[in-house]
Amino acid sequence: MTERYSALALARHALTGAPWPRAWRRADPRAHYDVVIIGGGGHGLATAYYLAKNHHVNRVAVLERAVIGSGNVGRNTTLVRSNYQLDGNTQFFEHSLRLWEGLSHELNFNVMLSQRGQVVLAHGPSQLDVLARKGNVMRLNGIDAELLDRGEVERLLPYLDFSAQSRFPIYGGLLQRRAGTVRHDAVAWGYARAADELGVDIIENCEVTGFLRDHDRVIGVETTRGRIGADRTAISVAGHTSQVAALAGLRVPVESHLLQAFVTEPIKPFVDHVISFGAELFYLSQSDKGGLVFGGHIDGFNSYTQRGQFPQVQTVAECAVALIPSISRLRLLRHWAGIQDMTPDGSPFIGRTPLRDLYLNGGWCYQGFKATPAAGWCFAHTIAHGEVHPLIEHFSLERFLDGNGYDEYGLGLWTYRQ
Amino acid sequence: MLRIPCPHCGERDYTEFRYGGDASKTRPAHADRDLRAWHDHVFVFSNPRGPHREYWQHVLGCRQWLILERDTATNAVGTARLARDGAGA
Ligand SMILES: Cc1cc2nc3c(=O)[nH]c(=O)nc-3n(C[C@H](O)[C@H](O)[C@H](O)COP(=O)(O)OP(=O)(O)OC[C@H]3O[C@@H](n4cnc5c(N)ncnc54)[C@H](O)[C@@H]3O)c2cc1C
Ligand SMILES: [Zn+2]
Repeated sequence: MTERYSALALARHALTGAPWPRAWRRADPRAHYDVVIIGGGGHGLATAYYLAKNHHVNRVAVLERAVIGSGNVGRNTTLVRSNYQLDGNTQFFEHSLRLWEGLSHELNFNVMLSQRGQVVLAHGPSQLDVLARKGNVMRLNGIDAELLDRGEVERLLPYLDFSAQSRFPIYGGLLQRRAGTVRHDAVAWGYARAADELGVDIIENCEVTGFLRDHDRVIGVETTRGRIGADRTAISVAGHTSQVAALAGLRVPVESHLLQAFVTEPIKPFVDHVISFGAELFYLSQSDKGGLVFGGHIDGFNSYTQRGQFPQVQTVAECAVALIPSISRLRLLRHWAGIQDMTPDGSPFIGRTPLRDLYLNGGWCYQGFKATPAAGWCFAHTIAHGEVHPLIEHFSLERFLDGNGYDEYGLGLWTYRQ
Repeated sequence: MLRIPCPHCGERDYTEFRYGGDASKTRPAHADRDLRAWHDHVFVFSNPRGPHREYWQHVLGCRQWLILERDTATNAVGTARLARDGAGA
């Protein structure tokens, strides 16, 4: 039985020195499950939790080839928000943000949601028009959004470059106060612990190497720890979507690219918000330890090395200094990369596959962390009922065949390659 | 830094090049009316973890399109040939 975390429990352990119990069991695979989920990232673990919690499917296993949290769920820049403007996305990401807002209580695990607000900057009048439109869409959907003019941005973020010689003058911005950051490791551990308590087996060091088939039906998986049968099987492996789908003979519109993240040496509290640059794909926030966390573009060619290229470090540093000149002498402490599943229109695939009883969730590009609770919620519904949840209907694997690319930013297909 | 051996210009940083993606695909015949075949040609990738044949254009050099052999698991680079020599298939 899992011990509840509380202030009282903390005091008890501090006073008695009693060790904390394991947060989840070290489970060995059983011969058969109702649902097998491949991939112990945020999405796989959330899916398992909601299958057990919302749909009472309790014989569920999550198979992770390494340890949970070692993929992108523990590598991302932790930004959550719901400022999306395409109908479907708006509602989906707001559902996710609402789940984030209750998640620490739901899981009895502090995921450290910090709703510090996100400001997206506009560096020209037309960009501000686009943000105004997006803000209107959000408000019509009951989501908080405030359009800021230059003066309002300056009052909120006085350390940005408002000088006459700034390379990208600031015209204004869009503020979502409910946006912010979440401690990413806690999301993996919190969902794992809560799912385990509902009977889900979390099986680490268990790589899926093949699928068991009965004609067009998937009836389980081959793994490095033996065969495991399943009534339903779900793929949720982010950067390795193509590899695992290929094991089932499926080819998908996904390319794996590297995305890097960066942390500077720690400084005193300085940046109180999440700030997104409007002149390049660049954003930053300050971690609780004081480091500035930077995010940027993917490296630009497909790779599984998990080691970023140097030119991207340079670009990100240039963006940081263009936006906040006073940080030019800060040193970067660390940078790392995750294998990110990119799709032609920047939107994910989540739902059914051409094979019976095989479900797929992947292709989240830059936005999979903030989507974690809602993706798990909707994917669990889809698997439990065999019917695609209405909030994810537009994320179908077949959408390009029907001419229904789903391009949030209206940039056109494959703009991630430029 | 990934370095690409251009047959004309020698080994250069990858930032001098534009990435052009998977070079192993064959375009369906012009008269092909099978929507699925076109969909797969345009949208679907093998995206292998391992050897990959891919297009790069040397935009800041000789401007030629090249076909490069690269291992996506290690970024180890093999030979680069001129794409116009018909190495695409
Ligand atoms: C640097 C960086 C910054 C990012 N910043 C943000 C952000 O600020 N906001 C945001 O919303 N999103 C962000 N993202 C995207 C987000 O992190 C991902 O979309 C999301 O984490 C992917 O889902 P996941 O957590 O399930 O993936 P992962 O944690 O990668 O989980 C997939 C798991 O599958 C396992 N696996 C793979 N193959 C197999 C196999 N054959 N058998 C068993 N297991 C297997 C892997 O080991 C891995 O643990 C960022 C990504 C990166 C790389
Ligand atoms: Zn050249």
